[in-house]
Amino acid sequence: MRPAKGSLELVCPAGTPAALDAAVAAGADTVYCGFNDETNARNFPGLNFSRAELADSIARAHARGCNVLVAINTFPRAGDVDLWHRAIADAEAAGADAVILADLGLLAHAREKHPNLRLHLSVQAAAANPDAIQFYVKQFGVERVVLPRVVTVEEIAAIHREITCETEVFVFGGLCVMAEGRCLLSSYATGKSPNMHGACSPAGCISYREEGSTFVSRLGEFTINRVTKGEPAAYPTLCKGRFVIDGKATHVFEDPASLDASQLLPGLKAAGVKALKIEGRQRSRAYADAVVKAFRAAVDSLDRGLEIRAGALAALTEGGATTGGAYRKTWR
Amino acid sequence: MSTNTMKLSLGPVLFNWPNDIWSDFYARVADEMPVERVYIGEVVCSKREPFREQAMGEAVERLQRAGKEVVLSTLALVTLPRERHRVVATAEDWTGLVEANDITAVSALAGRPFAVGPLVNVYNEGTMRTLAGYGAKTVCLPPELPLTSIAVIAKAAAPLGVDTELFAFGRVPLAVSARCYHARVHGLHKDSCQFVCAQDLDGLAVDTLDGERFLAVNGIQTMSQTYANLLADVPALAAAGVTALRLSPHACDMVAVAKLFREVADGARDGAEATTALQGLIGDAPMSNGFLHAIPGARYQLRAQA
Repeated sequence: MRPAKGSLELVCPAGTPAALDAAVAAGADTVYCGFNDETNARNFPGLNFSRAELADSIARAHARGCNVLVAINTFPRAGDVDLWHRAIADAEAAGADAVILADLGLLAHAREKHPNLRLHLSVQAAAANPDAIQFYVKQFGVERVVLPRVVTVEEIAAIHREITCETEVFVFGGLCVMAEGRCLLSSYATGKSPNMHGACSPAGCISYREEGSTFVSRLGEFTINRVTKGEPAAYPTLCKGRFVIDGKATHVFEDPASLDASQLLPGLKAAGVKALKIEGRQRSRAYADAVVKAFRAAVDSLDRGLEIRAGALAALTEGGATTGGAYRKTWR
Repeated sequence: MSTNTMKLSLGPVLFNWPNDIWSDFYARVADEMPVERVYIGEVVCSKREPFREQAMGEAVERLQRAGKEVVLSTLALVTLPRERHRVVATAEDWTGLVEANDITAVSALAGRPFAVGPLVNVYNEGTMRTLAGYGAKTVCLPPELPLTSIAVIAKAAAPLGVDTELFAFGRVPLAVSARCYHARVHGLHKDSCQFVCAQDLDGLAVDTLDGERFLAVNGIQTMSQTYANLLADVPALAAAGVTALRLSPHACDMVAVAKLFREVADGARDGAEATTALQGLIGDAPMSNGFLHAIPGARYQLRAQA
């Protein structure tokens, strides 16, 4: 359903048509998805939508009052930009309510060739301040910016005082510790680039090894973590690994934890945020169902002036650990 | 193949060098280094800037007297109001080229000639053309691009009068974050960091739990532990239309590094042979050029595979 006036819009992930239907049923105001190729930043095997699936799914979502956004948010490969141009044209033809873009050249193309298509700026563009945001608004008529996960709630409020478009912020799921779209770590270790190929720390580059009672996880040619067998082992995303500095092993970049900003919703709303985004197009339908329902309840509670239930989603977070991430200044 | 039109640029010092070391370095660049263009200015952390102001003015003047083209570099991650003002002020005050390392600076510079640094995402010919339309005169491409992409982009850049530069030497900038890893590793907070990053002139090495040499941290920036070395790739880069090579400053003898690149670019020395000499200058640091060859960026490959 589209959000009631004054209510935060709940933007939910869909990796498959079935997940899209589940998200709509669970209370999503808006669903975002991508084509099954390298034009989107969750280019995983078996995931995403064919052209026909997208058109059918959008029709079903629209029939139930739910918007659909199409992420075309990788950076087009030089010499092959037609693939990305076709994705924009096909998304518009399928009835998408907006496309989510990151690349400057692609934004310029979309504005010129698809003047009636609503444009959102992907988090992959990492527009982290009002000057950058207004640049995209003025140059390309961007109507919404997905804020990078480097700004605090206070900074979001300050940003809103200077911009003329909507903002959308991540509230749950995997948490990039680096400025999104500006991270070459996975590419450095594996040769597969999130920016170009649409996947970070891809499963095809991960291997596991047992050494006695130790379980070793590796990405490409590098060890990401070693845990004792039986200990919970998080997916070996590069920046969540344990590494050694001056002989000391630590989580140098980030502890394995998921973002859960549900307790920050009142502050985000007061800051001027329009939409809340849940990460996880690659996650299961059951996961999406539980997360969407929990955030639907949280947003409804907020609208009715009730307290938001804490820890409702602990079971769905990495190692049961959650963080407010960059929204709290202490994270830095 | 003659590559004698290849220009050399010195990138900005990415590390927090103490002022005396920093000033001595630029004096030597002015007097001895065979590079045409020098990028100068703080890219990584705005907290470092106030301490550099006076030395910066002196270094710029000395470089200009020595005939170098001086380009002022700007911050990679701009969030605070004072950081935004700084970017805008640099764009307004400097009559020469300013290097954008974030869209914030592109916004401030649009409509006049400017430079685009390797931390702005230029992955294709469409983005190159868009930036040229705003006034970009030289673009240093993102370090992760393969040679096939570089060739396509450089071909689009040439008729627009835009130089295509490539990151050719030094630890590769791989990521930026709102969080300071130097502070985190020392158990400190970013706001009270005590400038611990100044202890590591080439960044702080990050190894894997199995002892593999992996990354390096430099304040909010994460870099490769390997040093990029494109010496042996210079003929291929020239053929692809690359017009300038960027050397990123390290504590090693950078004048000697620049001379090696100059000799190879001039066709006076073989790139593979010069690589052996370069290894002698950087001690036991591992090298990489994998991004260029579309393999993991950490690898080094002497010849393109058939």
